[in-house]
Amino acid sequence: MGSEIALLTIFVLSVFTGVEVISKVSSTLHTPLMSGANAIHGVILVGAIIVTGHADTLGELVFGLFAVLLATVNMVGGFVVTDRMLEMFKGRKKQEPAS
Amino acid sequence: MSTWAQLGYLAAAVCFILSLKGLSSPRTARVGNLLGATGAVLACVITFYEYDVDNLNAILIAVAVGTVAGVVGARMVKMTQMPQLVALFNGVGGGAAALVALLELVPLEGDPDPKLAALIAVGFTVFVGSVSFAGSMVTFAKLQELMTTRPVLFPALPVVFGVTLVAGVALAVDVVVNPLIWVGAVLSVVGLLFGVLLVLPVGGADVPIVISLLNALTGLAVAASGYVLENSLLLVGGTLVGASGTFLTRLMAQAMGRSLANILFGALRGGSTLGGGEVSDRPVKSAGPTDVAILLGYAQRVIIVPGYGLAVAQAQHTLRDLVDVLGSRGITVDYAIHPVAGRMPGHMNVLLAEAQVPYEQLKEMDSINGEFKQADVALVVGANDVVNPAAKSTPGAPIYGMPILNVDEAHRIVFMKRSMRPGFAGIENELLFDPKTTLLFGDARDSLSKLLSAVKSL
Repeated sequence: MGSEIALLTIFVLSVFTGVEVISKVSSTLHTPLMSGANAIHGVILVGAIIVTGHADTLGELVFGLFAVLLATVNMVGGFVVTDRMLEMFKGRKKQEPAS
Repeated sequence: MSTWAQLGYLAAAVCFILSLKGLSSPRTARVGNLLGATGAVLACVITFYEYDVDNLNAILIAVAVGTVAGVVGARMVKMTQMPQLVALFNGVGGGAAALVALLELVPLEGDPDPKLAALIAVGFTVFVGSVSFAGSMVTFAKLQELMTTRPVLFPALPVVFGVTLVAGVALAVDVVVNPLIWVGAVLSVVGLLFGVLLVLPVGGADVPIVISLLNALTGLAVAASGYVLENSLLLVGGTLVGASGTFLTRLMAQAMGRSLANILFGALRGGSTLGGGEVSDRPVKSAGPTDVAILLGYAQRVIIVPGYGLAVAQAQHTLRDLVDVLGSRGITVDYAIHPVAGRMPGHMNVLLAEAQVPYEQLKEMDSINGEFKQADVALVVGANDVVNPAAKSTPGAPIYGMPILNVDEAHRIVFMKRSMRPGFAGIENELLFDPKTTLLFGDARDSLSKLLSAVKSL
């Protein structure tokens, strides 16, 4: 199997997986889910590191570093802000016996 | 790539899948998110070890700066500003994807026999990443109220929109035929312009759906750049977000009873998504906090419908205090949460969770709608369109078909409103003129604290 077909296979299977895993989400969690998914596409950081690691000219390096910076903000900020949202859900759960 | 690195990427991909799975249920959501973060860190570490990375120090500094910016931004933001922060993070992700794709174009430029699929993927990522970046920035400006939240339209917009789209597609094809870096750069500029034009005509209430859509687009752009780099993890991660994001966008649009095409292009087609936005001078019954306090204090069953106005006034803590006082008088109080209440679907749940409202008091629309008949008072705080019976009774109304909370079935209705201005959809709410409706005008936080002290002194 050629690598292109292998990648296409991964793509198609991931589409189905992506829809399947969130198909039962309650509307309560739409916002954290959107935010969490947002953080996951911050994995573009991996791509940014790879292309910047191969940058030959100064221009490529500058653009590459900028991409690394943006991708890191996306990834780190995304996970942290999602955790902050979910932290509140947890705090509320703890209160349940008391109320 | 070595086998262990491939296996590490596989582990990270599994983390992402489990993360999305975990985020779908309240019990596992936090663990799910942490799992996703673990996968992302693992992926970066593997990349540093496995790829032959030059400019290591500069890259590490950029990562450090980005980390500080991300953490500070995410920690400092107020919960009500969450939607615009998500939009911002999404935008920078899209921008990063577009830049990565442009840099991928550099080796392809000199390649005598480049792969067609890789070129298509590069053209796609440059365009879509730029659209996502610019679109998210406009979304951010709308949510932050740096610009008007109403649709921005000008007469030539449909023409400009069409020309930009055609130019974008033509340039993307050009990148595939002539993989030149400057063509890619022009494509990215056209993408930025298209992103702005795409979001400008979208009204404030529909902005959340656009964020979700742009989120999905960024995911697809990341997946495409993974294809070019032959990096399975980028492909899996990006595709997961693209697929789940598209699905989530559809769920949200359904909750609003609208089609995605109508949300995006409704205003462009001229069939505006907005009503007249006129203020009627028909008589309404308004009352002061004391009267409303009596109404609430001697009820047995109260249902509260919180909306966007509550979030803007930051009144969720005061509301919670009021509910506690009512509860201590033996009154059963629940919150009826419309799926699209607030500025993002589920946003209201986050805001009320921040105010430590007990979970069991939050009722989703389907489970509470049958209970309005038994409610003595329905207290609507800063919500409008989600309780507007026009959604059921007036075909042709912009919100017709949207499921609403059956507030009209309660014995008495109290609207807390700032003014008679219609909601985001710009259509008048018949319920305001209903004989069983009482209006309490004023800022939600101000009114609620007056109401609170009035109820306490009953």
